[in-house]
Amino acid sequence: MTWVAIVVAGVGCYLLKLAGLCVPARVLERPVVARVADLIPVALLAALVAIQVFTSGQALVLDARALALAVAVALLMLRAPFLVVVFGAAAVAALVRLV
Amino acid sequence: MSPGAEAPDDVPAEDRRAIVRDSLAVGIATGTYGVSFGAVSVSSGLDVLQTCVLSLLMFTGASQFAMVGVIASGGAPLSGALTALLLGTRNTLYGLRLAPLLGWTGLRRVGAAHLLIDESTAMAVTRRTTEGARAGFLATGGSIFVLWNLFTLLGAIGGTAIGDPRTFGLDAAVGAAFLALLWPRLQQRRTVLVALLAAAVARGMVPVTAAGVPVLVAGGVVLLVGVFPRLDGAER
Repeated sequence: MTWVAIVVAGVGCYLLKLAGLCVPARVLERPVVARVADLIPVALLAALVAIQVFTSGQALVLDARALALAVAVALLMLRAPFLVVVFGAAAVAALVRLV
Repeated sequence: MSPGAEAPDDVPAEDRRAIVRDSLAVGIATGTYGVSFGAVSVSSGLDVLQTCVLSLLMFTGASQFAMVGVIASGGAPLSGALTALLLGTRNTLYGLRLAPLLGWTGLRRVGAAHLLIDESTAMAVTRRTTEGARAGFLATGGSIFVLWNLFTLLGAIGGTAIGDPRTFGLDAAVGAAFLALLWPRLQQRRTVLVALLAAAVARGMVPVTAAGVPVLVAGGVVLLVGVFPRLDGAER
């Protein structure tokens, strides 16, 4: 059963990706679609940040990851390179947990 | 990933080098996190082969985590699959956005589809030219695919023995990576508001819904804002 689920979900996820690339370009010319397509990644990325940083399982938590995110914001405002932002945040979280 | 393979184009070499460099940084940060997926997956009851097939075949991290998360919490494998598919629908929207930018057809499109994930989209969608978008997409998607699968295997084999990725702050790195991907899009007041709204909705949904649902609900709320522009009409 697990194998069936893996193959169904795996193939299904691929087909979902392919479907997006195969929709005719003119669909995007409709203003509503263009507006939604622009906003969707913003919403999903913001939601993923919130989930990654402020939750643990089904619990809302405030831990080392929140401090790491604050450091990431500061680094982004200083226009630090991506690598510095990501591993800077990781280093801060690791250090906080050591203390 | 193969500069020089095509005729001179409209992206200066310097820019493309910067795009590829940034993309590889995203690739390293995201791909190495595969070690935690490998470890989480085997501790959820999947074996090493099942774990690696998931990374190879599904190759979209949030869906993979959602699937093994449902199985770990006692859910049926097929309900795990459904959660993974629901989360995977956002890749369809990414594809819709990227298709005209990448401009691939035929076999290239069939191959590119497999690399269509959060990070490859984010590193391609902000480019002004097709060549720049392709460079960002391939460098990001390709490096993540290689590293994600390699580190999935390492994590699965090492299991708990490899240690908790939290020790190295890798869990915090993922949040920072998503934020850094989001950052360039926060130019207008409207997108900032949408991002804050989505984050608040997702966070609010976490205690009351199954894993994976909060992100979808946040996307749905924003869908309404986009479909009914009058809701944010005051911004214009």
